[in-house]
Amino acid sequence: MDITALLLSRLQFAFTISFHIIFPSFTIGLAAWLTLLEAMHRATGRPAYRVVFEFWLKIFGVAFGLGVVSGVVMAFEFGTNWSAFAAKMGPIQGVLLSYETFTAFFLEASFFGILLFGRSRVPPWFYLFSTAMVALGTTFSAFWIMVNNSWMQVPVGYAPMNGTFGPADWFKILFNGVVWVRFPHMLLASYLTGAFCVAATGAWYLLRGEFHAEARIMLRMGLFLGAVLVPLQLLFGHLVGDYVHDSQPVKFATIEARWHDEQPASEVLIAWPDEAEQTNHYAISIPILGSLIGSMSFTSKEVGLTDFPVQDRPPVAIPFFTFRIMVGCGLAMLLIAWLGSYMSLKERLGQNRLMLWLIFLSFPLPWIAILTGWFTAEVGRQPWVVYGVMRTAEAMTPFLTTRAATISLVVFCAVYSFIFAFGVLYIYRLLRAGPAGQLVLPPHAAIPNRPMSVLDDHHVPGAPQIGAGE
Amino acid sequence: MVTYWIAVLAISILLYVLLDGFDLGVGILFGATSDETKRRAMLGAISPMWDGNETWLVVTGVILWGAFPPVYATLLSAFYLPLLVMIAGLILRGVSFEFRSKATTARWLWDWSFAGGSFAATFIQGMTVGALVEGLPIRNGVYAGGDFGWLSPFAVLCGIGLCLGYMLLGASWLVRKCEDDVRDNAYRLIPYLSVGLLAFLLVVFGYALAGDFRVMGRWLERPYLLIFPAIGVIAAIVLAHSVRHRRDGKPFYMVALIFVAAFGTLAISFWPYMIPFSITIDDAAAPHASLAFMFWGEGLFVFPLMLIYAAVNYSVFRGKVRPTADHY
Repeated sequence: MDITALLLSRLQFAFTISFHIIFPSFTIGLAAWLTLLEAMHRATGRPAYRVVFEFWLKIFGVAFGLGVVSGVVMAFEFGTNWSAFAAKMGPIQGVLLSYETFTAFFLEASFFGILLFGRSRVPPWFYLFSTAMVALGTTFSAFWIMVNNSWMQVPVGYAPMNGTFGPADWFKILFNGVVWVRFPHMLLASYLTGAFCVAATGAWYLLRGEFHAEARIMLRMGLFLGAVLVPLQLLFGHLVGDYVHDSQPVKFATIEARWHDEQPASEVLIAWPDEAEQTNHYAISIPILGSLIGSMSFTSKEVGLTDFPVQDRPPVAIPFFTFRIMVGCGLAMLLIAWLGSYMSLKERLGQNRLMLWLIFLSFPLPWIAILTGWFTAEVGRQPWVVYGVMRTAEAMTPFLTTRAATISLVVFCAVYSFIFAFGVLYIYRLLRAGPAGQLVLPPHAAIPNRPMSVLDDHHVPGAPQIGAGE
Repeated sequence: MVTYWIAVLAISILLYVLLDGFDLGVGILFGATSDETKRRAMLGAISPMWDGNETWLVVTGVILWGAFPPVYATLLSAFYLPLLVMIAGLILRGVSFEFRSKATTARWLWDWSFAGGSFAATFIQGMTVGALVEGLPIRNGVYAGGDFGWLSPFAVLCGIGLCLGYMLLGASWLVRKCEDDVRDNAYRLIPYLSVGLLAFLLVVFGYALAGDFRVMGRWLERPYLLIFPAIGVIAAIVLAHSVRHRRDGKPFYMVALIFVAAFGTLAISFWPYMIPFSITIDDAAAPHASLAFMFWGEGLFVFPLMLIYAAVNYSVFRGKVRPTADHY
């Protein structure tokens, strides 16, 4: 493949957006989890909930900060690399993203300061309210992003307006069925990320024999949440599959690596798809299951890739494999969550080091599932940027040079690796230190709008300290 | 609708320049001192606000994209490499706030990132405005300047000019928020920076006259526009007075007023163009359905809330930064 400005721009967008999604998917879930913890603390009065809350709040701060700086890049990238797309789709997508900035960033920024530094300044109920508002802000952000992306997957309610695509029907754009299965799918994925990270941290502490009370809360809440949410997530995943089946048949055939029409269709479990030969090597497939998954029928005809002209097909290998990795992660999470919850209920989890190790090592699973899920959705949409309306090749800035695109890709890779390395190091240090009795309240003239400044708390001379058992 | 969104856009840009202007300026001044106590005081004077300040840049970006898509698309793609430098600067600078206090052996790295990032971002912002004033090479509505079409001596001059301007804004903020050494240093710097800025403005003016810029024609057509430079001059006089009498609170407002005057001058020189002289406001405006949808939600309800929040934030952190309250 030639190295073109287009290829480099696509790589750059894939890299920056993948880097970005790591942090919001964590903080959306964590914000909801913090709200739950604070509510539990208010309801039961158990101090351990408060300790766990304060501990995760610090981690939330760092992840939130990294999400913010990597998000600013996205606001510019549509214009720098994809200006043809930006000019044509601005009347719809620019408007949707402006709603994200106005509604979500505003809520997050307003209440985040109170969350970090305002506990002593506001009544307890208001503190809980603030926590919920931060969670609501992150949720709004996810909502607008999913409306926006869903419109790119299945464009509805638009009409040509003096050379651009303008909004003909905002109601359709916001309230079509695709948005309302994909938004919950993403939201659940974020909640699961939070749940598994929390459970894994609990397992880690138990393996190290530290922080028993807090670790048990983390393990139990994380696993129980996972045990309930993973099946729900599988259901929504199936619903997302239904919309792909109906609205993006070529993507569906790609994910299934189904080259020719079949009736009834078989389901390829695993194979090595060969685009040149238009066939699969080493395929393991199950007859009829393809029709059952696609149309809930034993006899339905399912379309194959060869029904579509070659220039309208996405690359096959990436969506095919990423989809299977995503589903594999989902099933592994189901197993861990159910087994772990069962053992936890039977009070046998604490002694079973193998299971604790499994839970500890499971924390990357939700992230892998989210990234591979997005790869499936986005690569599977190719060669379109807005499905059936605008091709990715037409979306790029027409005069972008290979030289400029190379420079920017290298700079982003370097800067992101740099800040990622340090960000991960600081989060790791926080996790390793654990929710010890060193629980510290922030100083009086503390600082909202400074997500990561929570990290500094323990350096504050004279800050009022409270013990873990407060 | 178009008028409303142009007004909101103007307010957002102005707020960005004034607010992020002072913290970027402090960032540049930060590089000029090596005393740890002073550095901490300088950071303490801006750390509660910088993040919120920068949000106005994102607000500006998304208003441009939603309400004036061609301008967003043309500007961002034309300034591809400069914006890359600006974003990298803003990222490095943003994380330095947080990482510098945790670093044990690598503090110099974050100090450098903080000052360097602030400088890079400021320089690029000034340079883009300079390139716009001089006129971008745009043919038939498409940028035709190549990777370095924005680069010119005039644009570089404007980049340096904005650095001086933000440093002046930053120094007057330090006077307002700090005490002792930091404040006295800032007081000593203000006259030099002011004179530097004045010299810069004169050079720019001369350059624009000599280069026969089209923007200059608008001034000859509309002499009443001289009201803005006049406001700037009055503000400069009051600034000099307040510096001589050590009125801590005042210089910042006067420098801000100078910026407002400069902003007004520029805005009216451009009017009705958004990118002089190729894309007008009406050319660029998104369809009514887009503008109306933005207006009835975020425009009418959320925007006022955003302003109120910013005001509350500043009132919570009003007054001098006490060393004891510093969290470092």
